[in-house]
Amino acid sequence: MSAPVTPAPLPEELAAPERTGRRGAALVQRLVVVRELGILAALLLLVVVTVIANPRFLSGQNVRDLLLSAAILTVLAAGQTMVIITRNVDLSVGSVLGLSAYATGTLLVVAPGTPVAVAVLAGMAVGAVCGLLNGLIVAAAGVPSLVVTLGTLYAFRGLDSLWASSADRLQINAADLPGGFKSLGTARLLGVPVLFLVAVVVVLLVGYYLRTFRSGRELYGIGSAPEAARLSGIPVGRRVLTAFVVNGALAGLAGVLYAARFQTLDTTAGTGQELFVVAAAVVGGVAIFGGSGSVYGAALGALLLTTIGTALPQLGLDPFWRDAAVGALILAAIALDRALTLRLAARLRGRNARRDR
Amino acid sequence: MDHASASPAPGRPGGAGDGAVVLALEGVGKSFGAVAALRGAQLELRAGEAHALVGENGAGKSTLVKILAGVHGPDTGRVLLDEQPVTLADPAAARAAGIAVIYQEPTLFPDLSVAENIFMGRQPLLAGRRIDRRALAGRCRELFDRLGVALDPDRPARGLSIADQQMVEIAKALSFDARVLVMDEPTAALSGVEVERLFAVARSLRDSGAAVLFISHRFDEVFDLCDRITVMRDGQWVSTDRAADLTVDQVVRRMVGREVASLFPKIDVEPGEVVLEVRGLTSRGVFADVSFDVRAGEIVALAGLVGAGRSEIVRAVFGVDHYDAGTVRVAGEELRGGSPAAAMAAGLALVPEDRRQQGLVMELSVERNATLTRRWELARGGLLSSRAERAQAAEWSKRMQVKAARLSDPVATLSGGNQQKVVLAKWLATDPRVLIVDEPTRGIDVGTKSEVHRLLSQLAAEGMAVVMVSSELPEVLGMADRVLVVHEGRLVDDIPRARADEDSVMLAATGQVAGGAGVAP
Repeated sequence: MSAPVTPAPLPEELAAPERTGRRGAALVQRLVVVRELGILAALLLLVVVTVIANPRFLSGQNVRDLLLSAAILTVLAAGQTMVIITRNVDLSVGSVLGLSAYATGTLLVVAPGTPVAVAVLAGMAVGAVCGLLNGLIVAAAGVPSLVVTLGTLYAFRGLDSLWASSADRLQINAADLPGGFKSLGTARLLGVPVLFLVAVVVVLLVGYYLRTFRSGRELYGIGSAPEAARLSGIPVGRRVLTAFVVNGALAGLAGVLYAARFQTLDTTAGTGQELFVVAAAVVGGVAIFGGSGSVYGAALGALLLTTIGTALPQLGLDPFWRDAAVGALILAAIALDRALTLRLAARLRGRNARRDR
Repeated sequence: MDHASASPAPGRPGGAGDGAVVLALEGVGKSFGAVAALRGAQLELRAGEAHALVGENGAGKSTLVKILAGVHGPDTGRVLLDEQPVTLADPAAARAAGIAVIYQEPTLFPDLSVAENIFMGRQPLLAGRRIDRRALAGRCRELFDRLGVALDPDRPARGLSIADQQMVEIAKALSFDARVLVMDEPTAALSGVEVERLFAVARSLRDSGAAVLFISHRFDEVFDLCDRITVMRDGQWVSTDRAADLTVDQVVRRMVGREVASLFPKIDVEPGEVVLEVRGLTSRGVFADVSFDVRAGEIVALAGLVGAGRSEIVRAVFGVDHYDAGTVRVAGEELRGGSPAAAMAAGLALVPEDRRQQGLVMELSVERNATLTRRWELARGGLLSSRAERAQAAEWSKRMQVKAARLSDPVATLSGGNQQKVVLAKWLATDPRVLIVDEPTRGIDVGTKSEVHRLLSQLAAEGMAVVMVSSELPEVLGMADRVLVVHEGRLVDDIPRARADEDSVMLAATGQVAGGAGVAP
């Protein structure tokens, strides 16, 4: 393409927006930061209020418990974010967690000598297979993921129960599990629970992937405008399938973390987690219709929801208030997102009005 | 049009494009259900030529573009790349073959940055396949400089004006270094300066050996840019000639190419009282100061280019959309704005443009759909009677000659033409005084088309006032007693039947005063 195009001098109305356009990009950056700082501020406020009411809230063991609980939800939220970004949702993660926890527990009971790393990989593999199934049905059959994963939510849970009853092992107790695996649940590194560090690593990896790799950006593209994604040659089916498999594997990892933390496993493990996970992502600013949001926001959302769950009893409030608070938070998050979007759209349009009749 | 001397590079192939054939279509056919969009279409693009593809709305141009883009596969015929048959299985395959397409409707990712929109899937990489964000923004800026676009590469696509979205699409197509650049009506939303820049870039691509396919309704642009012109009609190839050997008149005649009067049997009716009276209707930024009357027994067409605001005007008249100023009177009574229920009570009916989205509930049965507008009259004590529904639907289906296996079948199983008849039945069942039809025959086959025309004409003869929005010029000219021409949200001309022809309507629709300077050459 060597032919020179003589650049005609820019007319004034064209020359002006360059500068304002830059501010438009900065504006978006700022809004993203504002959004995540907002969750952080809510988190701090909650902690401060709770500490004033009950100074022992920040005691070492309490904080460690909180981080352990948050670790599991955070791993789930990280995976769910990848799926939601593509304008899908996976409601089966609670059941996948249960199935993977039970499978890992069974493996360790049957073969107590299994290295911890192998047990972790086995749990993730179980989850990945579940995710593959979800993804295949969604991508191949073109059925909305909401319906598909609602179905597999019950199917995977049923499989779990069936397995437990046919193996005549309805519950796996701490006494059945090898010590090496149990220590994973209590191990600390520089005072921080290892399980929480695992969650942090997962979030950083997913965040880095979504921002830095072509296929990660394509996930955003698919959720932002599915038709445009198809027209620009993005392999939509394959990408969505991958998102489901990774999410399944992470739900499987969450199952292993669950087993290591609670050490008592029955077929109800993880029941009801799916909506809590979606709530964490939405509170964290992941748009439920796809295309925008970050895994860091979702992780903060998970941390905030977990903290509410632990803080309210300490404030002497009935556990009922936890659900009410989570509900209010979701509505507040949605209202905030809507307001920010409208504001942003209005300001970007304003910068853009360069020729009108 | 003096296109030859306008080209700066001395070494480029001659005006007729005597370079090698890069891309060709041979005998391509494509049907959607019962509707044949393409029947034996052909096209030949040579290296170093700008080639225009013209035809009426519905001639199959956009389907042809989608075949080139790998969106649709042809049912019959072949696509040849460098004289070898190829299968463009998907958009990625077309891109790999060096074909870049600028679609009529911008297809951007609103949440992603402008730069990412342009380089999606092709972002510049660092070691380890990581995206090089700095290079991404830099390359985007280079493209924008070349196009003279003042946009920040890092801003999101959300909130861009249509013109800016189109410029982003153009930048995207440019970034491919494509061998074939297809532009499907890219200039509809662009200002004069932007069109000039686009053409400068298209010429430089052409001069460096690419083939440019340009689709447009603007003849001045076609003759300005293009070396050869292919005309299509009803999904078929009509002719391919050097632009220098053609005049606008010849092109228009080939596009229309049939005896208008015989296809559109409008019965002459002595118009009665004014039934619909629109005064100073304004919706800011959409249309302004629209005034017109429609009399009983009259068919009035709203003509204009796609996007001129015709559908928006009738939607506002019917109360689907709000308007900022003006009045609508039906038989002298002023109509409350923004209320379709009030409009229906006053005797208005609107058959919308997009029947799948707006006119029908696709999953419901034919009889349910046909009686949706009358469910209160057909109800006994608040409950719908299936028997009453069926009787009513049967009567209308017979009158409209709807071809359905059973009236209890979902509407989705019917052909486009029959779906359109069901929508018409649904609204005619309300016994309206004014019937507004928006693109009444879009996407339906020729046979059913003439049935719809016969029906509209018959309704007018029975004293109904009909307002018809149509992008098909022959339909407008054949059916309408008067043609109201809309250009950029304003009524620019009111042409009586006797004076209405392709030239007068097209000139007004493209914003040139009828009977004035005229279109070159």
